[in-house]
Amino acid sequence: MDNSQQLKEAFSKSLELDIKDITDDLAYSVNKQWDSIRHMNLVAEIEDLFDIMMDTEDIIDMSSFAKTKEILGKYDVKFDT
Amino acid sequence: MDFYKNIFEASPYSLNRIDKEQFILPLLHHLTLLHYEQCKPYSRLLDSLYDIHHTQNFASLSEVPYFPVQLFKTGKMQSVRDEEVVKTLTSSATTSQQVSKIALDKETSMLQTKALVSIITSFIGPKRLPMIILDSKSIFKDRAKFSARGAGILGFSNFGRDHFYALDENMDLDLAGLKSYIEKYSDQTIFIFGFTFMIWQYFYQVLKSSDEYLLLNNAILLHGGGWKKLQENAVTNTVFKDALSDRSGIQKVYNYYGMVEQTGSIFMECDHGFFHAPNFSDILIRDYRDWSCLPDKESGVLQTLSVLPKSYPGHSLLTEDLGTIQGVDSCCCGRKGTYFSIEGRIPTAEIRGCSDTHAQDALISNQVKLI
Repeated sequence: MDNSQQLKEAFSKSLELDIKDITDDLAYSVNKQWDSIRHMNLVAEIEDLFDIMMDTEDIIDMSSFAKTKEILGKYDVKFDT
Repeated sequence: MDFYKNIFEASPYSLNRIDKEQFILPLLHHLTLLHYEQCKPYSRLLDSLYDIHHTQNFASLSEVPYFPVQLFKTGKMQSVRDEEVVKTLTSSATTSQQVSKIALDKETSMLQTKALVSIITSFIGPKRLPMIILDSKSIFKDRAKFSARGAGILGFSNFGRDHFYALDENMDLDLAGLKSYIEKYSDQTIFIFGFTFMIWQYFYQVLKSSDEYLLLNNAILLHGGGWKKLQENAVTNTVFKDALSDRSGIQKVYNYYGMVEQTGSIFMECDHGFFHAPNFSDILIRDYRDWSCLPDKESGVLQTLSVLPKSYPGHSLLTEDLGTIQGVDSCCCGRKGTYFSIEGRIPTAEIRGCSDTHAQDALISNQVKLI
């Protein structure tokens, strides 16, 4: 399973959303499932998944699925799509 | 506004008195006009007291119109349309049964978050630390109700990882869980957050009564929420710090002063025991007898100014607290800007002496005039 698919599953699990709802424009607080409590779960899930530790500033900037992929690039997690 | 673009790039305590005034005065003027246009109750209040139409800019911070913070317990003080509100913060009231309701749009919410990040990372660094929350996870059970307590915990959770809630739903301390968490991170700095009274009551008092000691010498404790209940028991900041150091080993204990009406732009206590105003906010101290601004070293009613509130008119507020400006740009800790101390709440219920009664009368009559 590639990184993009794994990240989708992490989102789906943490935000309790169907995998088909995880698209690039999925945005924090716009989608009501993605609230500040689930955001914490999501961060923990992503850090476990890719074995990384993100800085405070980066988890604040994780405002959409697309933005999350961009930020993860800083931690050498690469995405094809 | 582009003004806000680079606001968090510098250290939050980089601006001296002159530079800060040049930076925030035009913003506070802009916000005053914005809220005047967008918030009806605010414009009516303003019209009754100020001639805002003839002000091109404010000459000094003391000219920025201000209202008692209690106003947020009355009308709908909101400067955006309902559909733009992404979060409503509420606070439990201490002086009445009414609660403050603060409407945040996406931009103001983001500004608040970034402001808090800028302030806190300047104290603890950019890395997220293992974090102990001296509170109970059960306050998040009802997601619809976003209490100030819950919002505070979530806001500060951004600075931590592997969050451990040390209290259970009955507010009992999970001592065994706490000890194994401390053991797990014995080689790292642990970040601890909680509310002042809760820490005293449900953490320190429990350690003391069960004669337990913890090894948290490496930890940083951040706490806020006010001293009202502790002052009644003569627990001062010094007593608090000494007691915690004794039982838990924590050496770095920082208090912060902040309110739900100005979330984000909190005032952090430095190692020298003074609260500091960051670049994007400032304070004034007013004389309750005539509301003139008092010079440094004189105690009076604290007014807080912040450039963050764009979705509600909370950029200039008269608080219910007494404070004293201790200096500007000159604190031994090296931070620029105003630094101050807080002497507690304005006396209300328990007034005994003649002079206090006088103070109270003056305060009430003046506030009635303002409202």
